[in-house]
Amino acid sequence: MHYEWSFGFLLQYSRLIAVGTAYTISFTVATAVTGFAVGCVVAIASLSNVRFISAPLVMLVEVFRCTPVLVQLVWIYYALPVLIGIELSPAVAAFIALSFYAGAFYSEIIRGGIASIDPGQWDAGRALGMRRFELMKRIVMPQALKRMIPPLVNQAVLQLKNTSLLSVLAVPDLLYQGQLITSATYRPLETYTMIAVIYFIILFPMTRVARMLETRLAR
Amino acid sequence: MSIKEGNGSVPDNAMIELVHVKKSFGPVSVLKDISLRVPRGGVLALIGPSGSGKSTLLRCLNLLTIPESGAIRVGESTMDFTNGHKLPRDKELAAFRARTGMVFQNFNLFPHMSALQNVMEGPVTVLKIPPEMARDTALGLLDKVGLRDKADVAPDKLSGGQKQRVAIARALAMRPQVMLFDEATSALDPELVGEVLAVVRQLAADGMTMVLVTHEMAFAREVADTVVFMRDGIVVEEGPARQVIDTPRQPATRSFLSHFHSSGLPAAAANG
Repeated sequence: MHYEWSFGFLLQYSRLIAVGTAYTISFTVATAVTGFAVGCVVAIASLSNVRFISAPLVMLVEVFRCTPVLVQLVWIYYALPVLIGIELSPAVAAFIALSFYAGAFYSEIIRGGIASIDPGQWDAGRALGMRRFELMKRIVMPQALKRMIPPLVNQAVLQLKNTSLLSVLAVPDLLYQGQLITSATYRPLETYTMIAVIYFIILFPMTRVARMLETRLAR
Repeated sequence: MSIKEGNGSVPDNAMIELVHVKKSFGPVSVLKDISLRVPRGGVLALIGPSGSGKSTLLRCLNLLTIPESGAIRVGESTMDFTNGHKLPRDKELAAFRARTGMVFQNFNLFPHMSALQNVMEGPVTVLKIPPEMARDTALGLLDKVGLRDKADVAPDKLSGGQKQRVAIARALAMRPQVMLFDEATSALDPELVGEVLAVVRQLAADGMTMVLVTHEMAFAREVADTVVFMRDGIVVEEGPARQVIDTPRQPATRSFLSHFHSSGLPAAAANG
């Protein structure tokens, strides 16, 4: 089998590709930040002993952890508006789905990080007369965050790859732009090769940083 | 639950008073109706086999463990847990605990802070003392425990004995009315026990009211005024330190102490 590889034509689509890359990165950052906030709330609620707050949140997390993110995207875009009677744009639906999906996994990382702190640290803070919030802020979180950073970065790597699912809702992320270019040029091999390379160029340094933090913070 | 302060109702000079304190964990009754008093400036040593409830009793004194019933008074603050009283809220617990200093078996220093920051943490965060002032006090306390030169060192670079001395300084920084020691030397290598006991001995000489849970019988005999022997959640024997340790009246006390005499007094070296 013989195929003439030729990447030159992609240059004329550089603007489209740049826009796609910007969408991918900004969706990753936005949903990671929102997801972290969601994760913190759920983690703290599930560590508290207030059942009527923690139980529904934990249930929500399990729903997002145990269903595919592609299904969530489609469901939130098509089914949720029917239930609540509010039209959602594809970008908003995607933002909600990816934020909660990330939050579901972040909450487990955060909960685990907090739970891994020696109970003696809580005792010591309490014995000094610290209130719950001060104890969290001054003693527990500074230690727990250190342990959470490597898995949080790993989760962010997955998050960035998950944004490729935005294309099913026609949000112009990197993959969607690739599909556009393909349908205009009939050259999927070069196009998807380039898309893969761009993902790799963004993510490879991130995984390196995660590895470095892991060894540095382990000390 | 209520806190009474400065109402002059203190009947005598007792600094710590426990009245009918009870605690169980699930079906296990750990403290069965304990009443004790420690006079101002007094040193009380709690001894007994493991599982006797002595550590739980100590943790009840600063409410790290909440008793089921009974009342606990430290200085002018009383926490009443008898039926009908609400459980104390976080804020009230924190205020109560801030007046007692506690030293733990495993030190529990904050690993992300230097020795100095450990000692400053309580005054700055809880008492809202300006950091510059807290720093001076903290350096003074580190000096008192012989570790001024280790102020900027991280806890994991300190020996066990040094860690425990920092922990004592950290507790003292809150200017507590009483100090509680929960097996403060049990996690230490034998050669490091002496330096910690020396600090405790100095505190006793300064007139600090203290409760020590300890396995150092020779030390308890020397420093404590009163020794309380506990077993299975009850006070078996209570009396002047020398009397309880040298001539125990109860067979259970005698049997417990015989282990220490036969094994050559773990604390003998520290007494020299």
